Amino acid sequence: MALDNTDVEKIAHLARLQISASDTLEVAQRITNILDMIDQMQGVDTSQVAPMAHPFDASQRLRPDVVTETDQRDYLQKIAPATQDGLYLVPKVIE
Amino acid sequence: MLSKTVAELATALATKDVSSVELTQAYLDRIAKLNPTLNAYVTITPELALTQAAAADALRAAGKATPLTGIPIAHKDIFCTRDVLTACGSRMLANFISPYDACVVERLQAAGAVMLGKTNMDEFAMGSSNETSHFGPVHNPWDQARVPGGSSGGSAAAVAADLCAMATGTDTGGSIRQPASFCGITGLKPTYGRVSRWGMIAFASSLDQAGPLTKSAEDAALILNVIAGADARDSTCLDIPAEDFTAQLNQPLTGLRIGLPREHFSGGLSGKVQEILQLAIKKLESLGATFKDIDLPNNHLSVPAYYVIAPAEASANLSRFDGARFGYRCENPANLEDMYKRSRGEGFGDEVKRRIMVGTYALSAGYYDAYYKKAQKIRRLIKDDFDTAFKDVDLILGPTSPHTAFKLGEKNSDPVTMYLEDIYTIAVNLAGLPGMSLPAGMLDGLPIGMQLVGPALSESRLLNVAHQFQLHTDWHTQRPEV
Repeated sequence: MALDNTDVEKIAHLARLQISASDTLEVAQRITNILDMIDQMQGVDTSQVAPMAHPFDASQRLRPDVVTETDQRDYLQKIAPATQDGLYLVPKVIE
Repeated sequence: MLSKTVAELATALATKDVSSVELTQAYLDRIAKLNPTLNAYVTITPELALTQAAAADALRAAGKATPLTGIPIAHKDIFCTRDVLTACGSRMLANFISPYDACVVERLQAAGAVMLGKTNMDEFAMGSSNETSHFGPVHNPWDQARVPGGSSGGSAAAVAADLCAMATGTDTGGSIRQPASFCGITGLKPTYGRVSRWGMIAFASSLDQAGPLTKSAEDAALILNVIAGADARDSTCLDIPAEDFTAQLNQPLTGLRIGLPREHFSGGLSGKVQEILQLAIKKLESLGATFKDIDLPNNHLSVPAYYVIAPAEASANLSRFDGARFGYRCENPANLEDMYKRSRGEGFGDEVKRRIMVGTYALSAGYYDAYYKKAQKIRRLIKDDFDTAFKDVDLILGPTSPHTAFKLGEKNSDPVTMYLEDIYTIAVNLAGLPGMSLPAGMLDGLPIGMQLVGPALSESRLLNVAHQFQLHTDWHTQRPEV
């Protein structure tokens, strides 16, 4: 499956990645090469095979629903790009 | 002294031939001398190391030493280390001072290991040569024009060049075993779930596993004893009783049945690597093992399936890097979407962006069945191949990599060429099995690794075979001249 510039722009938007216009063609070619390699799978009949999501088909272990963490907000926010009054600051969302 | 194994250093510390402070200072001096050339470490923590070493010496004086107390270790920069930079090979995290320790770091610290610093790696562990690191490539200590392998390349080079006694790594598709092979050391990827992933920056959560890179199999057992075991903070960590992985090291190999996959001894494998592996096979035969050819008929599908599953999981895991709460944020974002897109576009390198896009594509509406679901079905076929093989044999032996370490820049022009480097290691992650690489010979001055793969939870057996091999060979004791 060959990707074109429009496909790359769409995927980059879904992944929230800025790709410069001058790189789009090269990205499209490289991802196309990867998809060609991946397409080796398509020749295999897997109609009778159940998908495997976990090496041991294990399911998620659950823990008791109790509070175990203590408040570390100030400590954790020390590494944030921008905070104010305990909140993370981002560009204005609502005008 | 610096080339000694962990087991030997533990004896030297116990008999007071050396103190942990002296040993730590000696490693720090060697790092200061050689790291500018090798680039194995991205962060060196001398003050912390000497404080931990003094504490280890005090513990020992109080009679509270464990086998790892006072032994200097290097951590792959994918493990969170409290108040120490944890950059994961990326510009995205080049300012990330972790607020907590990974479970692996915590356990090794509690055992008294002394952290020397953090090792270089491919960005977010995505690479097989260490060339995708934001901090520049690591140079292979055996030949500085060559790569150390990846993604745990800094850890492997540091162990090989005696810049630490032992190191941690992670393995999603071969990232412990392949660099161990290229650098002539021992590397173990445990069974999926053996070691907690808590605090280990996630790449592909159904494949990622932490493990040791060491100078011997015995050392790998000593480290696994400390890092393995249930951890409530990682819901995929196996809840099984602790095991002493050194207990079986000295068991004889009589009666051991080893399978040789035809698929691993044909195709792209270098003829000379093949010849050297035959000598290793003869050695194991002389120790009582028997060999038979086996088939892993779907092995060639492991790379395609992996490059759907791993990028799909990565695209989800790496969505947390959004410039909002920690890590890189672009200058002057125009609005929220601009902040996300430019922070991620500028913060991630090309290979990481490529894999995020492949994963996003594979999971997008209309393509999910053709890619993701198909890959999960292939994953089962690959696991079934191993299950079938292990009905006839106890372990599987083959090459870790098709050849010795390649030159810097030789394979990074085309991603697919680089992906095929992991043709012998990737299936092991898809099946969740334990695997290890140990030195099996040299070719033109470069080490060759031999891979052993066992059924789930067979680490003790793998370590036993590797230890017996190392008692009767000296490949693992060879050191590069740096």
